[in-house]
Amino acid sequence: MNWNRLCAMARKEMIQIRRDARSIGIVIAMPIVMMFAFGYGVSFDTKHIPVYVYDQEKSQQSQDFLKRFQASVYFKVVKTVASYPELVRAIDTGDCQIGLVVPPDFSRKLRSGRKVSVQAIFDGTDSNSASLGMSYTEAVALAHSQQLQLEWLQARGQGAARLPLSVDARTWFNENLESMVTIVPGVVAMVMAVVGTFLTSLTVAREWERGTMEQLISTPVTPLEIMLGKLVPYVVIGLADTSLCAVMGVWWFGVPFRGEIWVFLLSTFLFLTVVLSLGYFFSVVAKTQLAASQISLIATFLPAFLLSGFVYPIDQMPPLVQGITHAVPARYYMAILRNVFLKGSSVVTMWQDFLGLAIFAALLGLAATRVFRKKLA
Amino acid sequence: MNGAAPAVVVRDLVKRFGDFVAVDNISLEASPGEIFGFLGPNGAGKSTTIRMLCGLLRPTSGEALVAGLDVAREPERVRQNIGYMSQKFSLYNDLKVIENLRFFAGMYSVSAANLKERIDWAIDMAGLSGREQLLTGTLAAGWKQRLALGCAVLHRPPIVFLDEPTSGVDPISRRLFWELIHRMADDGVTVFVTTHYMDEAEYCNRLVLIDRGKIVASGSPLELKQKSMEGNLLLLECDQVGKALEELQEAPGVTDAAIFGSALHLVVPSAQEAIPQVKAYLAGRGITTTRIEQIRPSLEDVFVSLTGLNRDEGDERDRRDKAETRVDNDKEKAQP
Repeated sequence: MNWNRLCAMARKEMIQIRRDARSIGIVIAMPIVMMFAFGYGVSFDTKHIPVYVYDQEKSQQSQDFLKRFQASVYFKVVKTVASYPELVRAIDTGDCQIGLVVPPDFSRKLRSGRKVSVQAIFDGTDSNSASLGMSYTEAVALAHSQQLQLEWLQARGQGAARLPLSVDARTWFNENLESMVTIVPGVVAMVMAVVGTFLTSLTVAREWERGTMEQLISTPVTPLEIMLGKLVPYVVIGLADTSLCAVMGVWWFGVPFRGEIWVFLLSTFLFLTVVLSLGYFFSVVAKTQLAASQISLIATFLPAFLLSGFVYPIDQMPPLVQGITHAVPARYYMAILRNVFLKGSSVVTMWQDFLGLAIFAALLGLAATRVFRKKLA
Repeated sequence: MNGAAPAVVVRDLVKRFGDFVAVDNISLEASPGEIFGFLGPNGAGKSTTIRMLCGLLRPTSGEALVAGLDVAREPERVRQNIGYMSQKFSLYNDLKVIENLRFFAGMYSVSAANLKERIDWAIDMAGLSGREQLLTGTLAAGWKQRLALGCAVLHRPPIVFLDEPTSGVDPISRRLFWELIHRMADDGVTVFVTTHYMDEAEYCNRLVLIDRGKIVASGSPLELKQKSMEGNLLLLECDQVGKALEELQEAPGVTDAAIFGSALHLVVPSAQEAIPQVKAYLAGRGITTTRIEQIRPSLEDVFVSLTGLNRDEGDERDRRDKAETRVDNDKEKAQP
């Protein structure tokens, strides 16, 4: 390996990136746009579910019950309607996802100690929100029942009545259970998977398309020098991009960073080696920028989105799919980033993920050094 | 390098693309300091040959030695000893003039001690003084061509391969370019150049004519002109050129006839016998001969006579042309 040639190659690549508006856009705009799009767009929290209420009684008791929904962050009582059809229409149009119907004999039945049924209608088109809404509604009803029961017991002079069992829940690492806190470290991994592969997928193909490759391979430069010279600038850019995303995550989205910087950078370096080598590989094989960039988007974005644990927890997947996720490098990086951000984990505790990432980095890096041939056909 | 040893030796070189034979068993030798012209129509196999000599294409069979090194076995050492200019301009358009030079100086590992001198030399040679900071893509074709040559010879290679270096360049730039080639040859550099311009072929020390993958003639321009044509060449001017050409195709004692500018060139076994015969033959068909004389053949005549370019073989040539440029097209077709 010749240091002169490697440096000349890397310098040239850097100049070309700087002069190419499209590259600049990918390098700077894409991470920022993706951070915002995913950071705000992908949310697994179900809060402020719109609720329409049809209170057929309008008594003090029924209002007390409904106030509990107004007080909860999970619901938002949008409107009180005066008829059943109005409620149905609101569900049909999607103006609300939950319709509550309080019966006209609500307080009378309560007073006489009989069981009261409150009707709750859920829009099941989004089954996730519907089932969450259902459990929240049940929880509200349960809490209200308990309070009514306590009041009933107290009225009979049994003031000391207590509930026998309670759960003292304490959530670690993500104290307020905000999904953004889990998502943002994942977004950083997503951004790098896409940007890294996409960037390098253009480099070799561009030289074939523009005809500059013929001149380049007529010089004594070796395939290894071409590869390293092309990838080194992107490693630097990739590290800068990842850091940019991390800073946005911490400062803008308020995600904690509890780990050590060097663990973050080491895992990022390994992951960059994976994605940049992959992009380079596609670029060499495809020989056109269009084909190479399309292959790399499909090969990285979809697995990184679906099979890395970003959206769907891996341990909830069927065993076969779980097996497949081991072949998705983003899976390991995703896990490491979440642990570094939220738990402050060390390399030792995450050794399995680091090993997985290192194996892929070695395999793909090696494949990239072998794929390029200094021949025209 | 030993001064007596040939700079380029090619033995029985063959290149097939599928069932198509692009280069068909050619052998040649070029001596140091020689301007070696590789002449032929489009699709004759010129670029394919030159690409094999630079190690860019793998020969199907045969052997190529460049600077005494086997191209198949030691391609990287060969590349350190050659400069190559491809047919299509292939420097980086988005790099400045000076950046292209520095890049290729890096690729050829030009030492830091020589760097400034070599780059200054290349800028001066290409006439680009004061334009170092321009983007290469904005230069006119002639400058681009000279810059490409400058980049290719930054490391002072003993052998330079130029593939149609002057195509698409204006006549003045072409002359300038050939002056540069001559200067390099005077310094002992072997220049291996392909062209289909006949006037450029005259500048070469030695020529090889290639047609449909095969060598059809070789020698100095003068030798070619004297040896390669059987019989004598006549120039004929008359009042009805088109009709005369038609009539003369069947005339006894005329081997070949072709239009040359506003006149006709005739190939005949003997000039003395043919001149009165042709005059009488044409007069008998109502055509007045205004001028007829024996001339020395130009390379174009030799070329036409050897390759039979005036005969109806357009389809076969088209097919060959397409096959040879296939390597280029593969790279270009998917451009977005």
